[in-house]
Amino acid sequence: MLAFIIRRVAQSVVVLLVVGLVAFSLFRFVGDPVENLLGQERTIADIERVRSQLGLDQPFPVQYFKFLKGIVVDGNFGVSYRQGRPVADIIAERAPATLELAFVSAVFALVLGISLGVYTAIRRDGWLSNAVMTLSLVGVSLPTFLIGILLIYVFAVELGWLPSFGRGETVKIGGWTTGFLTASGLKALILPAITLGLYQMTLIMRLVRSEMLEVLRSDYVKFADARGLPSRRIHFRHALKNTLVPVITITGLQLGSIVAFAIITETVFQWPGVGLLFINAIQFVDIPVMATYLMLISVLFVTINLIVDLLYFSIDPRLKADGSAGGGH
Amino acid sequence: MAPRGEDIDQMEMIKRFVGSDLVYKFNRSPVAIIALAVTVLLIGGAVLAPLVTSQNPFDPASLNLMNGFSKPMEPNQFTGDTFIFGADDQGRDVYATILYGMRISLFVGFAAVLFAMVLGVSLGLLSGFIGGRTDIIIMRIADIQLTFPAILVALLIFGIAKGITPPSMRDEIAIWVLIIAIGLSDWVQFARVVRGATLVEKSKEYVQAARLIGRSSVVIMIRHILPNTLSPVLVIATISLALAIIAEATLSFLGVGAPPTQPSLGTLIRIGQGFLFSGEWWILFFPAITLLALALSVNLLGDWLRDALNPKLK
Repeated sequence: MLAFIIRRVAQSVVVLLVVGLVAFSLFRFVGDPVENLLGQERTIADIERVRSQLGLDQPFPVQYFKFLKGIVVDGNFGVSYRQGRPVADIIAERAPATLELAFVSAVFALVLGISLGVYTAIRRDGWLSNAVMTLSLVGVSLPTFLIGILLIYVFAVELGWLPSFGRGETVKIGGWTTGFLTASGLKALILPAITLGLYQMTLIMRLVRSEMLEVLRSDYVKFADARGLPSRRIHFRHALKNTLVPVITITGLQLGSIVAFAIITETVFQWPGVGLLFINAIQFVDIPVMATYLMLISVLFVTINLIVDLLYFSIDPRLKADGSAGGGH
Repeated sequence: MAPRGEDIDQMEMIKRFVGSDLVYKFNRSPVAIIALAVTVLLIGGAVLAPLVTSQNPFDPASLNLMNGFSKPMEPNQFTGDTFIFGADDQGRDVYATILYGMRISLFVGFAAVLFAMVLGVSLGLLSGFIGGRTDIIIMRIADIQLTFPAILVALLIFGIAKGITPPSMRDEIAIWVLIIAIGLSDWVQFARVVRGATLVEKSKEYVQAARLIGRSSVVIMIRHILPNTLSPVLVIATISLALAIIAEATLSFLGVGAPPTQPSLGTLIRIGQGFLFSGEWWILFFPAITLLALALSVNLLGDWLRDALNPKLK
């Protein structure tokens, strides 16, 4: 058990160190940082001075170590080439928009996915179930950005009900800007959240449906039925409860994807979040912002995977008995 | 005159193909037939674009600005020209831009899948055949990459490549960067499948026989094991093609893919989105539908191929 945890944590640390190395190489070798700081009127003495100020005259491993130390200890991610401000500030400013969007779409995907999954499993051959299942197939094969455009066309252009871009009015609470407290902020959330959550919703729906169908065939459900328990109680208390373990793991794993796909959704809806920031950084080759995004998203993914692996380990007893199975997942 | 040996072999092969299980199943699957028809139609249109369109939309000399915003199927009020899918703001025939755009999309898609396939199959073969430390390193990298969504990997590679190249060359090599980025984000599937198949084949008698007669490891890998791992590779390649086309469209839509001088379907959709609010729906609609038809039919073909080649479903 302990060996497994140590090995997985060590592996995650190695991955993060490699990602950090990539990010650092970007800083160090793409463009000349000295060139970026000094203007046209530089002397050789200036260049030497800045080089030693930045520590660029030191050996590579020392520089890398200092770079990591700066990030971990001071949260120093460098300065954006384009905006001339510390990257950490810019990200902190943009993060609430992305996190709120990701949160709302995850809730949307979970609530609608589970209820539709349960419904289509109970009314297996109903016309509504068939319609939902067919629609979900179409939903999976549509690329995210086309779903967003379609929603904008229907609800913003034709019907004019909902805004097509931006966050609406936001309220500032401490360092956190929220769109939850104003009517226009909530309205602006609807279309992006659906766009972002639709794929996850269909995934959860199909998963819940197949798990439910499995459980509904089992003996204890038949027994509960024979005892005369009301079907509502059987479906929700007995059957649904037993389908939730895989649903929770899948949702956990998908959290990372939601943040990644937010890049696309944020571009379609001009949502002022981290994803849009990243796309703009790529377009303008803003290396510090790109490198920071790369590091943050890796930390997120590695952490999620580590947690899921550890969860599996505590849920699945077979992994405990067989130590060698710990390596793969 | 008797046909030469080669001709007999070729005719024999064609006969065997026509009489094969695969063709039989294909004729019984309306979905597969329609999907193949749509795919062939779209690819054919893209390949023959200069022949089946009246203008080259990227040659300014063949454009007439007066045709701008022509509605689909209606004669233009100034020039009287009719475009079946309408014309965009610069008077480009949307039908022609789609066919020329699809050339870029398909080229990137095919090239990226080819790149991913060559890389993945070689690494998978090495991993399975050599085993040991090589296997652990390759599969560990594959595992790590699988935890990140492909589109994110492609975006990161694209961003890094853009940072490394000098600004003057960026547009020129954008297409190649796109191919490498999508290809690198997609090799893991191939490597995993080929590794699995190689592990099975490696211990079979024909491989041992080849070893006994003294063939080298490279020859055994390429001539003996590789052909026996190819049918799942074909399935993955088809499905990967659909994914690669969508990935390319997504990157181009995000404005980080094909340059404006070589617009792909994704770029056209990006341009069309700008006209959504002013009512010129056709500039967006037709490229979007084409992308969807292309991706969906290739995907359905892949699905069908997977089922048809799966011995468990026979």
